[in-house]
Amino acid sequence: MRGNPAMHDLIAPGSLEAVLDLLAAEPGVWTPIAGGTELMVAFAAGKLNTPKLVSLWGIPDLRAIEAKDESVVIGAAATFLDLRRHPIVAAELPLLAKAASWIGSIANQSRATIGGNLVNGSPAADSSPALLAYDAEIEMISVRGRRSVPYSEFHTGYKQNVLAADELIYAIHLPRRFARHKQYLRKVGTRRAMAIAKVALGATALLEQGVLREIRLGAVSLAPFPTRLFATEAALFGKTLARETVQAARRALLAETKPIDDIRSTAVYRRRVAANLLDEFLLELCREGSQS
Amino acid sequence: MSLNGKSKTGARWPAITFTVNGESRTVQAPPMKRLLDVLREDLHLTGTKEGCGEGECGSCAVRMNGELVNSCLVPVLQAEGAEIQTVEGLALNGALHPLQEAFLQCGGAQCGICTPGMLMAAAQLLETNPHPDLAEIREGLAGNLCRCTGFMRIFEAVVAAASEQTAEPAAEEAHHAR
Repeated sequence: MRGNPAMHDLIAPGSLEAVLDLLAAEPGVWTPIAGGTELMVAFAAGKLNTPKLVSLWGIPDLRAIEAKDESVVIGAAATFLDLRRHPIVAAELPLLAKAASWIGSIANQSRATIGGNLVNGSPAADSSPALLAYDAEIEMISVRGRRSVPYSEFHTGYKQNVLAADELIYAIHLPRRFARHKQYLRKVGTRRAMAIAKVALGATALLEQGVLREIRLGAVSLAPFPTRLFATEAALFGKTLARETVQAARRALLAETKPIDDIRSTAVYRRRVAANLLDEFLLELCREGSQS
Repeated sequence: MSLNGKSKTGARWPAITFTVNGESRTVQAPPMKRLLDVLREDLHLTGTKEGCGEGECGSCAVRMNGELVNSCLVPVLQAEGAEIQTVEGLALNGALHPLQEAFLQCGGAQCGICTPGMLMAAAQLLETNPHPDLAEIREGLAGNLCRCTGFMRIFEAVVAAASEQTAEPAAEEAHHAR
């Protein structure tokens, strides 16, 4: 059954303060909507179960991208086109710029926001592997104030996260310290455009005198939510890239990921391809080092 | 739904004003009504088509404040104050836009359902990148599905329109001088 617009209220208070006041006054009643690329799909299909929505579109505080000394701060309502067009994102956070180019099409990237991508919490979210590899921090805001969590702790279950009913994501903070790291991001999907990931892996690593001094691996479509591969990282951290290390990392990845069979792929395929992506990354790291 | 701008409970829908193809328009509609439906039903601009209704096919693409958007995913309240361009706004005073001419010349349209969205995506592409290479054209139109042409004639049309811009810069400028 198609969605009926008369069954939903949508208001646009126009300022962040007014939105936060509304969320505080009636927690859980109002569903924030930014670019609508998820919620309007549900609406059209008659599957939008929330009668009251509050628009975040056009609130300037939420759309700013600011380069500070230590970090790049991305407003939650920055669109993926905003990210692709931002010179510092393109230069210093190439994995994020690449992930932004994967989001649907241009007409989706002009509306879809990074905060929306995270709150929606798809297990296959395109921006997540890059954000995990870059050690992103999520800043949240409510009338009670602000708080932050590492992005690796933001998702708590399938489409579940740590946001309270009166909270919004305010910004995503990305440290500016990955210039010397080897950076890697690859998505495997059915076609190049408009495809949802069967599996994707993002990684950053710092190799010094042949020893892995830093390693971060972020993956999607291997768990109910985007995840850091901590056990696989542990198998690599402090090691040299010997064949045994690579094999141990592969075993660790296969042990810690429990993907499912669904319409897009199978668990068997996802596990094998995820391990192959890790191999590819480690091979490139071995060949090129981390300061290429 | 309403016949006279009122919901079942009698509350009036808000008046929402935006610009369509250079003309200021005000509609009274449920704020969650899709921009696509407002364009087609309230403003009778039926050039914009509905394909999938979920942002996958690009048939409903229009330009909003200089960006390409799928109008099926825009609640009309978020168009308040925006400048919208639809396919009806491409031709100027009866003269086809160079992209429309190129689609005609190259056979870039068959059944026509995807064509308005293709034209808007192509117009967006050429505005931001006047001389795209084939990879850039493919990316610019990647969100627009065509089930008739096999795409090649559409890509050729965009190439032709882009080279026309090079060959006749004066004509192109004249077309866009409004």
